[in-house]
Amino acid sequence: MRTIRPVLGVLGVLGFMVTWEVVARTGVVDPKYVPPFTTTAARLVAELGEPKFWSAFGDTLLTWALGLAIATVAAIVLGAVVGLVPFLRRATHTTVEFLRPIPSVAIIPLAILLAGLSREAALVVVVYAPFWQVFIQVLYGIADVDTVAQDTARSFGLKRRQRLRHLVLPTALPYVITGFRLAASIALVLTITAELIIKNPGLGRQIDLYRSAPDVPGLYALVLVTGLLGLVVNLGTRYAERRLLHWHPSVRKEGVQ
Amino acid sequence: MMPAVRRSLVSVGLAVGVPILLVLAWALATQGTQNLYFPTPGKVFDAFTSTWLTGATMTKHVLPSLGRFAIGVVLSIVIGIVAGTAIGATPWLRSLLEPMLEFFRAIPPVALVPVIMLILGIDDSMKLAVIVSGSVWPVLLNTIEGVRAMDPVLTDTSRSYRIRGALAYRYFVLPAASPQIMAGVRLCLSIGLILMVISEMFAASSGLGYQILFFQRQYMIAEMWSGIVLLGIVGVAVAAIFQLVERRVLHWYHGSREVSRG
Repeated sequence: MRTIRPVLGVLGVLGFMVTWEVVARTGVVDPKYVPPFTTTAARLVAELGEPKFWSAFGDTLLTWALGLAIATVAAIVLGAVVGLVPFLRRATHTTVEFLRPIPSVAIIPLAILLAGLSREAALVVVVYAPFWQVFIQVLYGIADVDTVAQDTARSFGLKRRQRLRHLVLPTALPYVITGFRLAASIALVLTITAELIIKNPGLGRQIDLYRSAPDVPGLYALVLVTGLLGLVVNLGTRYAERRLLHWHPSVRKEGVQ
Repeated sequence: MMPAVRRSLVSVGLAVGVPILLVLAWALATQGTQNLYFPTPGKVFDAFTSTWLTGATMTKHVLPSLGRFAIGVVLSIVIGIVAGTAIGATPWLRSLLEPMLEFFRAIPPVALVPVIMLILGIDDSMKLAVIVSGSVWPVLLNTIEGVRAMDPVLTDTSRSYRIRGALAYRYFVLPAASPQIMAGVRLCLSIGLILMVISEMFAASSGLGYQILFFQRQYMIAEMWSGIVLLGIVGVAVAAIFQLVERRVLHWYHGSREVSRG
């Protein structure tokens, strides 16, 4: 089974491409709406040679990275303050529970109003949802510190700083990193969303342009690009998580199996 | 005062204190200023009652939106669980489909909106397809993972008692995977809500998302704010309903975890 698995995976991908090609070529669906896979792939390769594509790609990456960085730093700082002070944690609980489920796209009109059709408006949206993701994970992580370990540290006379370094940080780190991993994908989704609706430069706006042109193979090619980009972000953050947490029981157990 | 009463008073105070303070701060900050973008809470409240609580908008915009959200989410959950158990229980199928599923999940759901619009036009079916295309993945992938990671002792037990088919499905597979499935459903709900709004921001003439964007373009700022508040309330209500359902469905799970923690 172990050697067969990757083979099956490749077969699955090939099967998908062939199905797509056949469906489009035989006219099960109108090829005007679903161009064959080969047409789309050729278009994708052509797109990779265009400076226009790379500038949109760069814009998307920059908005994504900025949004994710702002959200993560703000969430870790605020989360640590709120998480370490029991009074603050209790006092902010209802507010957080109310603000967190507000769909991030609901604030798109507000962002447009405040910052115009710009990258700043997109950033408001890109920061909002990932922020809560990391913030909540920081709170959970700090709350998860083992009470026995806490008492032990105290009876050994560890200072507050030492407790933070040797107790709170190792407990909270896996939570924070998981939060960051989720936040990275959410931020990418919101970056593309913002570009589609706010129309700030990036892959999302390019997709919208191809839709209205209409340039159907170009549209499909760019959707493939966003999927591949999302895949790279997912795999990259998962890899980073495993590297950073190699000492943690949950990761060590995985390795043994 | 009795300590118990005092303690519960304190926690109620902490629960409502900060929200009240925030609204007060909002009111103070906007009092007297003529800032166009930040109306006073009173104005937003008035706009809320006059815009959303009247019969016409309720039936034309709010209820159809919520209806599409509900149908889309139920479809996603059913498709996700049915396909997920089939894929999770069949190792070769899982290996075959895994890379493709990972890829599809990674496509930002919004990027598919133009594609779906192209194929389905701009009617209700397109909006439903948008919701399902994004919110089916967390349920599907979590179900696959939950079924795959079933306790081997459970699988062996059901096999040696020759419990198969629907019976095994109902009493072994579904309960064993349900904690994972519920985690997927939670994500599915919030993604579904976002996609409901987005599907109405493209080429629509009704719905919550359309209305909010319309108010922004018309510079009806208090109305726009009231729409954001309404979406927030919907989000919170959906999260609260989910929590109730989860507690019922997974009460045995939370119970057993408490016991194992001691």
